[in-house]
Amino acid sequence: MAAAKIETRGLSVAFKDFAALRSVDLSIGEGEFLVLLGPSGCGKSTLLNAIAGLVEPTSGEVWIGGRNVTWAEPKDRGLAMVFQSYALYPAMDVYGNLAFSLRVAGVRKAEVDARVRHAASMLELEPLLRRRPSELSGGQRQRVAIGRSLVRQVDVFLFDEPLSNLDAQLRAELRVEIKQLHLKLRNTTVYVTHDQVEALSLADRIAVMRGGVVQQLADPDTVYRKPANRFVASFLGSPPMNFVDGALARDGGEPVLRLDGAVVRLARSPLDAELAEGRALSLGIRPEDILIGDDAIDCDFRWDADVALRESLGSETLLWCSLAGSRIAVKSPTRLAAHVGDRVPLGFSSDRISLFDTRTEERV
Amino acid sequence: MSATTSALRGRSPAHAAGPRPWRFSPARAGIYAFLGAAAVFFLVPIWIMVATALKTMPEIRGGSVLLPPSSLDPTAWLSAWSTACIGLECAGIRVGFWNSVQIVVPSVVLAVALGAVNGYCLSFWRFRGADTLFALMLFGIFIPYQIFVFPLIGITARLSLYGRLPGVVLVHVIFAMPIMTLMFRNYFATLPIEIFKAARVDGAGFWRIFASIMIPMAKPIIVVAVIWQATASWNDYLLGLVFAGRENLPMTAQLNLLVSAEMGAHEYNVDMAATLQTALVPLIIYFVSGKWFARGIAAGAVKG
Amino acid sequence: MAPAIIAVLVVYVGCLLWTVFVSFTDSRSIPDLAWSGFDQWTRLYADYRWRTAMGHMFVFGAFYIFGCLLLGYLLAVFVDQRVRGEDFWRTVFLCPHALSFIVTGELWKWYLDPELGLQRSVRDLGWTAFSFDWIADRHMALYTIVIAGIWQSVGVVMVLMLAGLRGIDEDIWKVTRVDGIPAWRVYTSVVPPMVVPSILTSVALLGAGAVKNYDLVIAMTGGGPGIATDVPSKFVMEYLFERSNIGLAAAGATTMLATTIAVAVPLVAWQWWQRRRRARRMP
Repeated sequence: MAAAKIETRGLSVAFKDFAALRSVDLSIGEGEFLVLLGPSGCGKSTLLNAIAGLVEPTSGEVWIGGRNVTWAEPKDRGLAMVFQSYALYPAMDVYGNLAFSLRVAGVRKAEVDARVRHAASMLELEPLLRRRPSELSGGQRQRVAIGRSLVRQVDVFLFDEPLSNLDAQLRAELRVEIKQLHLKLRNTTVYVTHDQVEALSLADRIAVMRGGVVQQLADPDTVYRKPANRFVASFLGSPPMNFVDGALARDGGEPVLRLDGAVVRLARSPLDAELAEGRALSLGIRPEDILIGDDAIDCDFRWDADVALRESLGSETLLWCSLAGSRIAVKSPTRLAAHVGDRVPLGFSSDRISLFDTRTEERV
Repeated sequence: MSATTSALRGRSPAHAAGPRPWRFSPARAGIYAFLGAAAVFFLVPIWIMVATALKTMPEIRGGSVLLPPSSLDPTAWLSAWSTACIGLECAGIRVGFWNSVQIVVPSVVLAVALGAVNGYCLSFWRFRGADTLFALMLFGIFIPYQIFVFPLIGITARLSLYGRLPGVVLVHVIFAMPIMTLMFRNYFATLPIEIFKAARVDGAGFWRIFASIMIPMAKPIIVVAVIWQATASWNDYLLGLVFAGRENLPMTAQLNLLVSAEMGAHEYNVDMAATLQTALVPLIIYFVSGKWFARGIAAGAVKG
Repeated sequence: MAPAIIAVLVVYVGCLLWTVFVSFTDSRSIPDLAWSGFDQWTRLYADYRWRTAMGHMFVFGAFYIFGCLLLGYLLAVFVDQRVRGEDFWRTVFLCPHALSFIVTGELWKWYLDPELGLQRSVRDLGWTAFSFDWIADRHMALYTIVIAGIWQSVGVVMVLMLAGLRGIDEDIWKVTRVDGIPAWRVYTSVVPPMVVPSILTSVALLGAGAVKNYDLVIAMTGGGPGIATDVPSKFVMEYLFERSNIGLAAAGATTMLATTIAVAVPLVAWQWWQRRRRARRMP
């Protein structure tokens, strides 16, 4: 296994009476794109700032490139950072913004010019070099902010919710650009966001955080399909995963889940055989994994439900039904979607479900 | 591809963990040194004023002005207050003190009240030209008093107020109008206009809204305005000199007369005692009000 | 309530116009409304004392404004360094502002007294060659007023600058820390353009104060030695009351007004316009 580029060991950050980070152990590989994902207050920005050296840890260590940088100044850590508010210097033009840190460091004029123009061409900023930040759009400003990091030619990039100030369309465009940039440069990147779509599309691995603790650290696919707990399961995916409570039972040697008025066979789902009978479990199934009508015929588990509500989301429609007394959302392509009051056959395969202990909310 | 420029200077040892140990760097020391030196610059004159007021004349002549008094001699202080000669009268500067009080208190009450009403009017009851009026008022803050002095003498004389207490109070209030209006208008502009609209919908009129809703919400700015106007009014010299009349001269004018009209040898300790006494009221206001003073500057100047 | 505002404005505008008008008359000890054209004006500018006083006003203004801006900025920067006891420092630096200019003048007059003040104290400490008799020196007296004026006003500028500093987006500070820009460089290259509103407000207030400067001069030097510290406001007051030439005084006052307009109004207007422009543009 390649040596980690960035490591945090037992990193904790506490502010007065509030623990923002609780003993976080993280290992980020060279060239990896790690996303820190979570709701506000989960500690993701604090973690990023601690890696950058902008926040002092209460305990624990930060290692970058094999060196302990816990007491090093941000400028000595070999990283660059991009902020949600862009933080461009308003009185300098784009060229000046890009060149400033190099000039201060005493880099030769020719070299400065070369690096600035190189970054500008990578980010399509050439026609804007003489403009002031106030004359740029949000997307352009963010590109300048990224460019400012590029010219420094560092190994580590940190992004603190860089797209949150932009509207949805710009966000999608810039997301693609950031991904392309990463593929080209292969810098180690740590990216903070609360938007799970960004996380899923950009990350090599995602660290889902809550209350200062990493809930799950895995690649996007795993985090999405096999969430480690109920929080991760409901945070990712839009609309969120459906949950139905039930109890574990055995039916002729095979594990089954008893719901209110239904029984789900768990033969094909990954399940620890040691679990006791009667254990309260919650079944989780994503709306897109529930099939309707003819598609449901081959499913392990089938039932009929009435459509109580219909939400059109454009190309897809959300149908609200119920299973064993719990409300269930089902995704369906709009042109095939049923209508309110219809009785539709629904089904899902047991290898698509996630099971969580009802009490601990952990995956079983 | 990215070059390796990360210069990890060995400032962070391999065993580093947790918060960085605090070290008192030269930079930190330099900051405090500068601030300390600046503080000395600001405090020495005041120290000298206090020290001199409590010395005897032989002591002043004999020693450095920076030295503390050898004993707290109150003679100069008492002399300045009640027996020093200002012009032909020898009743001390206490006369000026009471005059100043009589000028300042009414002018503060009136100026703040009128400023509040004006600010309220200009910020909520947007009539045509309200903004122009406001801009004109702003402009008024900068104009030198000398422009207005003579015509105002004419006006106050015509109202039989020239050289009398009500006259000087009126003049103080007139000159306070721009800054008071500015403060209140800017403050009211930060309040949500929905409150005002809701009250109007409920049927409240101009004065009702002002008294029942705006004033209770305006407590912070009222404090700031009172402090500002009290200080400005107390410290005024020119208006008092011109409009108050001989019997009502404020403390500042009396002070200047006392010091400049001295015959013979200057009694520096009396001078400084009188100076300190004149400075006492605003200084007390200042130290008691603390942050409100600075807030006043921000309220008045930042938006201006 | 509009009537009250309008009444005040009528007084202001009316008095202003009256004074300007009188400068074109031959009013001496009482107003005389006969038009006399530019007579008073030519008399004013032919007067050596007036021209000297105007010169003093500009010299004082320049040093006063520059000194306050520089020292005010420095103080604000240092106080902003997360020092302990910020309230204490601010209280100290701002307290002269609570004093009357008369008090300040008396204080500094005494402090700088050549016989018994600072000069003597420093000499007593052993530095016998030290001399600081500026206040009695015809060429240097004006600068003592500058110093006293800065002492009085720099606290205000510091408060304004501090407010400007605190208004800077925190992320800018973070960026400079990560990009390795040293603090002094940030304060000289990055910050000043971002606190332009504070600078402009300060210049407008200080400029207006420099023109109005009267109390301080009266208390500190009385305009002397000779006319070494004479200023337009004193000139005007004398001609209004003691020397009985109201028309001449009015011309002087109008000149002061024009100077104030030339200095303060463009600054305030520029700020107003900038704010309007920023509000109109979408971020």
